Amino acid sequence: MSISPATWARTALNRLLDASPLVIALLLAFMVASTLLLALNVSPLEGFASMFEGAFGNENSTAETFVKATPMLFVAIGICIAFRGGMTNVGGEGQMIMGAVAGTAVALAAGEPLGWLGIPLAIIAGFIAGALYGGLAGWLKAWFNVNEILSTIMLNAIAVQFMNFMLNGPMLDPTEAGVNQIPKTARILETIQLPRLSLPLPPGVADLFSLQNAELFARTRLHWGLVIAVLLAVVAYFLLWRTTVGYRIRAVGENERASRYAGISVRGHMVLSMMLAGGFAGLAGIIQVLGLQYRLQTDGSATGFTGNAGFNGIVVALFGGLNPLGAIPASAFFGGLLVGAQKMQRDLGVPAALITSINGLIVIFAVSSEYFRVWLTRRRRLAEAEAQQKAASASTAGVPS
Amino acid sequence: MNIFETIGSIVTASVFASTLRLATPYLFAAIGETFAQRSGLLNLGVDGIMLMGAFTGFYAVYATGSLLLGVLTALVVGGLMGLAIAFISVTLRAKQGISGIGLYLFGLGLSELLFQRLIGTPKSIERFPDIYIPVLSDIEFLGIGQIFFRQNLLVYIAFASVPIAAYVLRRTSYGLKIRAVGQNPAAADAMDVNVARIRYSTQIFGGMMAGLAGASLSVALLGVFQQNLTGGLGFIAVALVYFGRWRPVGVMIGALLFSFVNALQLQVGALGFDVPPEFSTMAPYVITIIALAFAGRQTEKPTALTVPFQRGE
Repeated sequence: MSISPATWARTALNRLLDASPLVIALLLAFMVASTLLLALNVSPLEGFASMFEGAFGNENSTAETFVKATPMLFVAIGICIAFRGGMTNVGGEGQMIMGAVAGTAVALAAGEPLGWLGIPLAIIAGFIAGALYGGLAGWLKAWFNVNEILSTIMLNAIAVQFMNFMLNGPMLDPTEAGVNQIPKTARILETIQLPRLSLPLPPGVADLFSLQNAELFARTRLHWGLVIAVLLAVVAYFLLWRTTVGYRIRAVGENERASRYAGISVRGHMVLSMMLAGGFAGLAGIIQVLGLQYRLQTDGSATGFTGNAGFNGIVVALFGGLNPLGAIPASAFFGGLLVGAQKMQRDLGVPAALITSINGLIVIFAVSSEYFRVWLTRRRRLAEAEAQQKAASASTAGVPS
Repeated sequence: MNIFETIGSIVTASVFASTLRLATPYLFAAIGETFAQRSGLLNLGVDGIMLMGAFTGFYAVYATGSLLLGVLTALVVGGLMGLAIAFISVTLRAKQGISGIGLYLFGLGLSELLFQRLIGTPKSIERFPDIYIPVLSDIEFLGIGQIFFRQNLLVYIAFASVPIAAYVLRRTSYGLKIRAVGQNPAAADAMDVNVARIRYSTQIFGGMMAGLAGASLSVALLGVFQQNLTGGLGFIAVALVYFGRWRPVGVMIGALLFSFVNALQLQVGALGFDVPPEFSTMAPYVITIIALAFAGRQTEKPTALTVPFQRGE
């Protein structure tokens, strides 16, 4: 059966319309942000121009955008899985921390003799620690009916204190004690650090864009964590939509009761989706250490280590349509927002906290836009039914009575 | 020092007095949230509203010197944020848990933004003075005077609001409507109860109480504002509603229990016991989770909690 151009065009239009509520959500959030900027006596145009400049203005700022995007993408992949499984995971912060603590401990212990093998070991440790911490909230939900949003919020606070304890005691680098009052571990060996990422360019291109180096992103902080995150996003997509496990997770998320009648272990899959979510957040934590900071450190505050990536990952996941593949561009966008906000703070004195509130608005508008999506679908279905009815009445009219 | 003397040195009248003080923000926020949840709305943005209430209340006092104006500002800001989340949950029927997290992030970011822009560095204000109730505050027996009758105005109001809230929920027709809307909105609708209006009213009230809770923290308890002043206190307040089984008195018991642990933790820290401070800071959160697990069966939970209502479905 061939597809007529008209059908194809309609399908394409419908796809666009499906995405439009999210775009509208974003526009609304930026309208509110503009109002805020006006209230702060800053021209919104100037503000957003400064943000864009700060996010993608040159090679280094673009690299910084991707550096910020990396942990958010990891967290967002996990949150997509959890949401699809019907679990609202807001524990990214705590799971990141647990992944980082466990992974760093392994990286420090692996030391010289294991060489580069320390990298996969630390990453696996980070994943497992995050998975266990996320799974704990899943278990509390599945067996004790504890609201997972509340439990993960509490677990976030507990993880922060746990990390502070570890950094002030067992994992404190004795040579670093008391320096700048910032508790930190020893530096991990160079062999266990994730390499920096740069792209070789064809000759001439560097001159064309007046780049300083022959390789794009050379001498920036961009690291291989980004590549790992993007690859895992693809893996997660296949897991969710092309495997039995993924199907079951989504079935439990869509309709708990029907899944139970179909013989799917609802409790087991609740825990599993939270474990996967926690695992990916754990990866965000350990990759941040192996690729960027080379040691675990914090200023003791709740977001001292994570930089709020655990919460921002929620925004990325929602904006990526709760699809790991959609989360990839979404993470780059929100990474740019964060990096751009720092420039706006330097240029125009607008506190970067503005982005936290914009992110909140985007979450609110994105979940509210579901209303319009439902409305769109219903309208479309009605139109289709009407068209069918017309076709049916036309064919009966043609039949001689 | 034997064990009883040790306990005696920790659990003093001043610990109990600060238990009541610390319970105040929990009480305001959790009682407001009780009303919202009883009508079927789960607002997880309490902490964000508290932060905005805490900042705006603080700023009003900082700018004008009027404590009353500070409290009123916090009430208005809280009420407006309650109205916003009601519109999102009731009219747009958005998923309630996650939209609350959005509201939290919004309040967290905006309160910090305004603080940095309008005040900048931490400043302190003249906070609510303690009111000594004549005669009663002089009772020496068991420290009763110190514990109960030398508190600031908001502490008295918070505890007075418990029986009032319980009475409204149980004995008034408005309370009956709230419970009906939370249990079976379709039946309530059939009985000519305006489901949307009731839910708007409870959520606006919940927002006002959360705003007041924030102000009680910044202008009564501490007299300062800083970024993320609440530190997730609003989330614990939501947990207390579960813990208190959706009853104001139960919520109060929970709030007292928590603040007692908090006060104890401060006291233990002050006496210099050899407990890593991280563990005592962690304690209230650990206890919250355990409490939630034990409150697990939740047979009293409003049936329609988080379920949006739509006629004819």
